Amino acid sequence: MADTDFDLIVVGGGPGGYVAAIRAAQIGGKIALVEREHLGGICLNWGCIPTKALLRTSEIYHYMQHPEEYGLTAKEVGFELDKVVKRSRKVAGRLNSGVKHLLKKNKVTVFDGHGQLDGKAGDKRKIHVLKDGKAVADLTAKHVILATGARARQLPGLESDGKQVWTYKEAMVPESFPKSLLVIGSGAIGIEFASFYRTLGAEVTVVEVLPRVLPVEDEEVSAMAQKAFEKQGMKILTGATVKGLKKANGAVTATIEAGGKSSELTVEKVISAVGIVGNVEDLGLEGTAIQVEKTHVVADEWMQTGEPNVYAIGDLTGAPWLAHKASHEGVICVERIAGLNDVHPLKTTRIPGCTYCHPQVASIGLTEAKAKEAGREVKVGRFPFLGNGKAIALGEMEGMIKTVFDAKSGELLGAHMIGAEVTELIQGYAVAMQLETTETDLMHTVFPHPTLSEMMHEAVLDAYGRAIHF
Amino acid sequence: MPINILMPALSPTMTEGKLAKWLIKEGDSVASGDVMAEIETDKATMEVEAVDEGTIGKILVPEGTDAVPVNQVIAVLLEEGEDASAIDSAPAAPAAAPPSAAEPEASAAPTPSAAPAPKPAGPTPAPAKTDGARIFASPLAKRMAAQAGIDLAALNGSGPHGRIVKRDIEAAVAGGVSAAAPAAAPATAAAAPAMARPAGPSAKALADMLGMAHEQEPLTKMRETIAARLSESKQTVPHFYLTVDCRIDELLKVRKELNAKSDAYKVSVNDFVIRAAALALKKVPAANASWDEGGILTYRHADISVAVATPTGLITPIIKQAEGKGLAEISLEMKDLAARAREGKLMPDEYQGGTFSVSNLGMFGIKEFSAIINPPQGCILAVGAGEQRPVVQDGALAIATVMSCTLSVDHRVVDGAVGAEFLAAFKPLIEDPMTMLL
Repeated sequence: MADTDFDLIVVGGGPGGYVAAIRAAQIGGKIALVEREHLGGICLNWGCIPTKALLRTSEIYHYMQHPEEYGLTAKEVGFELDKVVKRSRKVAGRLNSGVKHLLKKNKVTVFDGHGQLDGKAGDKRKIHVLKDGKAVADLTAKHVILATGARARQLPGLESDGKQVWTYKEAMVPESFPKSLLVIGSGAIGIEFASFYRTLGAEVTVVEVLPRVLPVEDEEVSAMAQKAFEKQGMKILTGATVKGLKKANGAVTATIEAGGKSSELTVEKVISAVGIVGNVEDLGLEGTAIQVEKTHVVADEWMQTGEPNVYAIGDLTGAPWLAHKASHEGVICVERIAGLNDVHPLKTTRIPGCTYCHPQVASIGLTEAKAKEAGREVKVGRFPFLGNGKAIALGEMEGMIKTVFDAKSGELLGAHMIGAEVTELIQGYAVAMQLETTETDLMHTVFPHPTLSEMMHEAVLDAYGRAIHF
Repeated sequence: MPINILMPALSPTMTEGKLAKWLIKEGDSVASGDVMAEIETDKATMEVEAVDEGTIGKILVPEGTDAVPVNQVIAVLLEEGEDASAIDSAPAAPAAAPPSAAEPEASAAPTPSAAPAPKPAGPTPAPAKTDGARIFASPLAKRMAAQAGIDLAALNGSGPHGRIVKRDIEAAVAGGVSAAAPAAAPATAAAAPAMARPAGPSAKALADMLGMAHEQEPLTKMRETIAARLSESKQTVPHFYLTVDCRIDELLKVRKELNAKSDAYKVSVNDFVIRAAALALKKVPAANASWDEGGILTYRHADISVAVATPTGLITPIIKQAEGKGLAEISLEMKDLAARAREGKLMPDEYQGGTFSVSNLGMFGIKEFSAIINPPQGCILAVGAGEQRPVVQDGALAIATVMSCTLSVDHRVVDGAVGAEFLAAFKPLIEDPMTMLL
């Protein structure tokens, strides 16, 4: 008989769950992971990773559109959609098997099926595992971590049908390239697809209900992004809502309301990217003290739910909906359970966020507006890509780096970036924030020349009126 | 030879000041008597005039610099025919002098070996635990600790390997870990009264913690002085309070008649109070006194400090030798002092050195209050509003205009009976003001 008693069971094998399982195994103990679909979760299989593969394609394609800028010639530049998609799937597949290997290496027992809470046996939690509606295992463990993630939110009237109205999932594996596309929602997911399809030549319209695109970003970054997208030929409607979709053969007509006026737009495909809802169904939460609010499980700073020894991490709980947030919560949760020293709750103001549109956007901490709202007196620095040697050499002069400091303590409250490779740069500020540097330490830090990172230095200097190169 | 312009001492007690503003720039020529700079002390802003004539060769202390020690070279004046290169040959020693805090060390007086050397202002070196081991703290934690006056050596870090991080400082501030002032203070500072910090979290820390919307303005020199002096007074001076009600119907009548006689003055109720207090002090000199370790000081004159509210805070200009001054003279002098006080233009000797204080909040309708003694003075009289109140007169209820006055007394200097004696002299003067015209 298979071993069914564990120290910890993790339900969900995404970036929250599998990382929690591996960390728990490192600390020591018998760990089980229950995953119903694919290891690595949405992130690895249908999110972060395959979209980055697609966007890499569109990035290279973008450069090939302007070879003369680099003294090159390239004729008859084109793409074969099926091969683009195939590459993306191959990348995801490779990582998926990588996770399987990592779990095996760490001796985590993986159960293929849907796990749900099933009461208690003594002081232990019971987990019932189903596959295709049939019971496949009954497990017990002292501790349970729920990490079942989230899925695309469906708005009434705008529901995806998988054919003409897509969610991220269908948008990632198109069978044919749409000539025209409506993207509903300008968060990271919506904007990345808008950027991908626009770069490859689709007519793209983005509708955002809030007054600006990428609404969680700093206002200046939003404004710069919108300008860049529009320059690329994207149509952007902010403060606008899609009231309804009328489907006909090969076309969808959307009724869009903006500024009290209604208009119609006919496109080939629609991508609905209007947020996510937590996967709280069939988890056996009914009759427990675990609370669900707006489709998400309520957990405290230690990921503790209302039920003792049951924890929830990642997208299942709350914003920001980011893989690295889920992973980090998983680690903190496990280390807390194990009673390790020096474990602290995750600070959301130290979680960087990246959007891989063109130009890229990355940020961490408080926006200037949010810092002021919080009553902080701030010092703000900015440095444009235009003033950076490496950026000019790369031919990437669009963009800016902005820093927000607390005027009194010199604490770095936030950093906001737009431009080439900023998703790779933001980590410098994340380290700075985690180590609690002040502006002085950042000023004293040597940034190598010539790199884009020099702009990070200059943006710090500028906050104190000391920028050298601008 | 170039002439050094030194930070002036604007009063005998001034040791440092803020160079608030330069009114000249390098290369300007100045003549004797030209105003060159504004210096801000704890109480007032003063102008610095040129004594010699010449050209400003170099400004050594930028405007806005706080705590410039008296006699530090703040600029160099070139005489006719000299150019800037002459500056180098000027005696440079005073310019390089360390801030005054470090000066006591220079005198050869032996300091206890355990006492830490006074630290000059500027970047603080990494703090050291008593065993000399390095303290690991994040840069932000170090700065926050310095700003909150917290000694890192007293904290246990919660970061990796015991590193002190932001949350430890926040917890220390919220938990009221005592400020580590002595660590940086010179050995002699132990006797000096330090600004005591409240035990609880600072207002700012609490407001931040609880998300209370607020603004914070930096402290002015004046506000710092008020805070330090009054905290010291209330905490070290044993106050007690005596209150009398004075009927002022007659006073109001006399005042009206006096003011009707001339346009040259307009005597206020407070002017009567000043004069009555001065006359009463003359009669009861024991109340015109100060505590001193070496023995009690009794003053010959009644120099009355009068509290004046200004936009930046409280200041107390003095009517000197008020016992010898008439009502009209007091009134005119008070008017001038109050006006200049509000503009921040009092000379230090106009607000330093009173012997007795009067604080009047009657104009705001305050019925009565207890004032904090203005050290080293022994008494302060708090004057309330004159208002109509029911009084018993000849066994029957009557209406009278009554003003309550409360004397705060330093019990080390003045006992209850002496305080009462003073009020017994003060009250009839107020109630029958003709007697104070004598």
